[in-house]
Amino acid sequence: MRHIISTLLENESGALSRVAGLFSARGYNIESLTVAPTEDPSLSRMTIVTSGSDDVIEQITKQLNKLVDVVKVVDLSEAPHIERELMLIKVRATGKDREEMKRMAEIFRGRILDVTDATYTIELTGNGEKLDAFIEGLDRAAILETVRTGASGIARGERVLKV
Amino acid sequence: MEISGAEIVIKCLQAEGVEYVFGYPGGAVLVIYDELFKQDKVKHVLVRHEQGAAHAADGYSRASQKTGVCLVTSGPGVTNAVTGIATAYMDSIPMVVITGQVPTHAIGQDAFQEVDAVGITRPCVKHNFLVKDVRALAPTIKKAFYLARTGRPGPVLVDIPKDVTLATCEFEYPDSIPMRSYNPVIKGHPGQIRKAAQLLLEAQRPMVYTGGGVVLSEAAPQLLRLMKLLGFPVTNTLMGLGGYPGTDPQFIGMLGMHGTYEANMAMQHCDVLLAVGARFDDRVIGNPAHFGSVPRKIVHIDIDPSSISKRVRVDVPIVGHVPDVLEDLIRQLEPQISKLDAQALKSWWAQIELWRARDCLRYDRASEIIKPQHVIEKLYEVTGGDAFITSDVGQHQMWAAQFYKFAKPRRWINSGGLGTMGFGLPAAMGVQLANPGATVACVTGEASFMMCMQELSTCKQYRLPIKVVNLNNRYMGMVRQWQQFFHGNRYSESYMDALPDFVKLAEACGHIGVQVEKPADVEPALREAFKRKDDLVLLDFLTDQTENVFPMVPGGKGMSEMILAEEL
Ligand SMILES: Cc1ncc(C[n+]2csc(CCOP(=O)(O)OP(=O)(O)O)c2C)c(N)n1
Repeated sequence: MRHIISTLLENESGALSRVAGLFSARGYNIESLTVAPTEDPSLSRMTIVTSGSDDVIEQITKQLNKLVDVVKVVDLSEAPHIERELMLIKVRATGKDREEMKRMAEIFRGRILDVTDATYTIELTGNGEKLDAFIEGLDRAAILETVRTGASGIARGERVLKV
Repeated sequence: MEISGAEIVIKCLQAEGVEYVFGYPGGAVLVIYDELFKQDKVKHVLVRHEQGAAHAADGYSRASQKTGVCLVTSGPGVTNAVTGIATAYMDSIPMVVITGQVPTHAIGQDAFQEVDAVGITRPCVKHNFLVKDVRALAPTIKKAFYLARTGRPGPVLVDIPKDVTLATCEFEYPDSIPMRSYNPVIKGHPGQIRKAAQLLLEAQRPMVYTGGGVVLSEAAPQLLRLMKLLGFPVTNTLMGLGGYPGTDPQFIGMLGMHGTYEANMAMQHCDVLLAVGARFDDRVIGNPAHFGSVPRKIVHIDIDPSSISKRVRVDVPIVGHVPDVLEDLIRQLEPQISKLDAQALKSWWAQIELWRARDCLRYDRASEIIKPQHVIEKLYEVTGGDAFITSDVGQHQMWAAQFYKFAKPRRWINSGGLGTMGFGLPAAMGVQLANPGATVACVTGEASFMMCMQELSTCKQYRLPIKVVNLNNRYMGMVRQWQQFFHGNRYSESYMDALPDFVKLAEACGHIGVQVEKPADVEPALREAFKRKDDLVLLDFLTDQTENVFPMVPGGKGMSEMILAEEL
């Protein structure tokens, strides 16, 4: 099963490699991993999308907690939560495709950030499925480049992850 | 007054009450060595190879409960120490490793003797630090000691660039360091402890299985009280030996791959299992699916939540400091102890005695060639069962574990988790330094011994009167045994054709060496050796080359699927 795990960790050099090293050493999957400092600059927030049986996920959370730099760990998938990912995509926009691209971006509530005679660069946010759907909806040949951030997540309602 | 980083390092070690540092100098740590030279509170033990430094610090810690310290230079100094660090990590030994590093401005430049010490050791330390600012040095060393010895203990590495050892700042050693990200749970959950007590009271076929956690957390007295209260059978893992007195009738031997028949059968057939400070590893319970195929309730007490339900699902997990949890459990059980099913226990013990009667450790006592088991039995007698025994890895290690009945914790010192050949001699140095005047023996095999035999020279320098018991079968015996059982007697590279003369080797290093060939000479040779309180004596026993360790649970098999001696 797919899980989205959020952790707060000390904003120390090396903290990221401890997490990445843990996942590779113990053979856990990483679908995506995002990390950036929080409003408290001494803390980073990391979101890891992973998958595994219940036993594996239990071990992942325990092993993460065991890392000395990790302050808190929650499995967001245990309760209602919001997930967002950002994608920047550069597409060919020539001839009749130019208008079509613009319409697609509008349907998906994307924003065109940069324009040339031949290309559009579109920004799109949403959950992973929405971004996948956008890509699916395009002619493959029209896609010049994509870059995705991986998912970030937060709990719905009043639950917060804080120290 | 501002002092240098190097002086800060030494002042921190003094503040921690460090008695010995095991180390080896080099460019990146010269400034620290210079400060070591200027004082005499912290004594330095100069090993002959950095692996030896790490093992010696580790052995020192295992035998004393204190945190072992080692100091090595950058680059090859660090990489040589890695085996020793990983050995300590696998067995949860508190250790602080101080490593020199190239100057901060040279880091990342492929400088001479540069290696990413923090990166290389990350998977085999509890935590590690690179100190880039001299002002962070004292707090970091404080953290290192705190992390190493609390919670589930382990090695912590502090990497110090050379310019940081030269830089100066005010020195203050903090009393404590708050760490919001590190708060090991100490107290067991009362509700869980109640549940555990209930299960134990209802048990028909109970079993208690304890590991290194009991030894490391100093829980042996509580364990003994609990066992006397319950009257249940108890087994120890290889790491847990001595955690429960090996001579007590409730003790049914070590369990696992080379555990006793009775211990492994009782593990497999019990209905309630209490696991304490142990981790159900592959050499202990064999195939987890086979183990899980029998219904039983499991209570698991451990300081490390990630050890619980890792390989085997448990019913009542209790995270906490083992002595405290056992204390709470005893308090729960005492008033209701009469609820135990005496009848059921009696028939369970009768079953265990039947298993015990198989006498699974039997060997040919009439042999005209020295049997290794005989040497260990005599070693036990001659030392009155009260020696510190270190070992290397192989058959000799298993025989020592099976035949030396450890009565106290911290007396059996071996590399259980990593299985590091070469551990025995340097570990014995640390053990002897931690216990001057005590009897220390290193049970080894000729192949293991040669992995760190350069430390014989260190033993001379520091006058460490260790007794080396070399069970010399001219084979990598454990490898040969597997090749015999599982690889059609093809003894691929497990025979060493050109062994040194161990007697001369001992003599070359300034020690006494004795070769023993006949069974009748085993005991006199041991007695003679142990009489020499001030000398290292290497006893080279030429043992039966074909002897195997029994019982044996083959890899991937279940605990009750043992091969016994008589079946071969
Ligand atoms: C550093 C290291 N290399 C290889 C092994 C694999 N190994 C395990 S036991 C063994 C043979 C040990 O031979 P010896 O020390 O003579 O002991 P014996 O089994 O004969 O008692 C080997 C090679 C190991 N445990 N450690």
